[in-house]
Amino acid sequence: MVIAPAVTDGNRRKSGTNSQAELFARLLNDVAERRDRQAFAQLFEHFGPRLKGFMMRKGANAELAEDLVQDAMIAVWNKAGMFSPGKGSVTTWIYTIARNLRIDRLRREGSRYFTDIDDYEEASDDPASDEIVISKQQDLAVTEALDVLPSDQREVIVMAFMDDMTQSEIADKLDVPLGTVKSRMRLAYRKMGTVLEDLR
Amino acid sequence: MKTDFHLDDATVVAYAAGSLSNCLSVVAASHIAMCDHCRARVRRAEAVGAALLETGERQQLQPGALSSVFERIDGSDWVQPKSDRKAFRDPDPSLPLPVSRLLGQKLDDVPWKTAAPGVGIHVIEKNPDGSSLYMLKVRPGHKLPDHGHAGQEMTLILRGAYRDQIGRFARGDVADLDEDIEHQPVIEEGEDCICLIATEAPARFKGLVPRLLQPIVGI
Repeated sequence: MVIAPAVTDGNRRKSGTNSQAELFARLLNDVAERRDRQAFAQLFEHFGPRLKGFMMRKGANAELAEDLVQDAMIAVWNKAGMFSPGKGSVTTWIYTIARNLRIDRLRREGSRYFTDIDDYEEASDDPASDEIVISKQQDLAVTEALDVLPSDQREVIVMAFMDDMTQSEIADKLDVPLGTVKSRMRLAYRKMGTVLEDLR
Repeated sequence: MKTDFHLDDATVVAYAAGSLSNCLSVVAASHIAMCDHCRARVRRAEAVGAALLETGERQQLQPGALSSVFERIDGSDWVQPKSDRKAFRDPDPSLPLPVSRLLGQKLDDVPWKTAAPGVGIHVIEKNPDGSSLYMLKVRPGHKLPDHGHAGQEMTLILRGAYRDQIGRFARGDVADLDEDIEHQPVIEEGEDCICLIATEAPARFKGLVPRLLQPIVGI
């Protein structure tokens, strides 16, 4: 079975991203409602290699990364009906699934302890709350906002999200006080936050 | 909205990144379970993770990866990733779920140890790296010693309320304080104040627990 990639590199960024977000939402909906394997395969093709790269960047070896990717994508299949488009993009949803699975795995291996990080997602998701409704333009806007962050702010964001470093570890690595790391994170978040708020 | 009673922006980022240290993340998750505002902030920060996932490096999967996923789906050998989440089936409704699960018992059944007159302590976890997670139960009207915060420290109010220089902290509020802040909480009259506290760094002389123990052990 040959399946066209969900998107090509040429339109991955910029104008392609919005229609991409819509495509993913449609594919996930097909998985949820019709158990559509072709739709799932398209999602797998797009996200699989990215998730593997993400896991390896955070220190997993190829075997563990592959394993976590499979677990994450099976969770996508099983939980597809729980995706709620008002709460963010498909990419964000898959990111949180992968993040949580990875933390769960580390915890079981005893290297790190983390209480079920997705409790709050299951326990108290009330759509009527002051939950932000994130538009389909989210992915694009965030990517662009990340691109224009000052490099010292972008650096701490990348270290926290991609390199799995705590604030103290970042402070040690950069040889700056913990307070400096925190203030860079705050500034970065506020800039990104403004972008997301503007989309409401 | 005044942010003093919510998570610091930097904490929101670290939590969304999944790189907040363990004890702190328990307190953060518990506050988020009680706070719509911070839940929305975390979701916003998670979009940053998504953008980085999207544009990050890709690694080719093993040939046949998709087929083995389909095989596992068909074999329905997929089970909810095993965790202790089902281990505690009778949560305390007055507690956020993450605390309830961790505690494994009702708040009223916690075996408090006396840390100082008027102050009970229940240590949930103490790690070799110096981080710890514990609860304090403080008598109404009690004044805690003036103390600072070594490294990162987060306090979530589970019951009762206290006042300090920043304001009044009641159930669901979190004090996500910078290390340079010193304060002296005074418990409100009426009921005990019960807090969940995580600290990242080993307690230093000016930290709350050393200050509490000072009269007892003479440190």
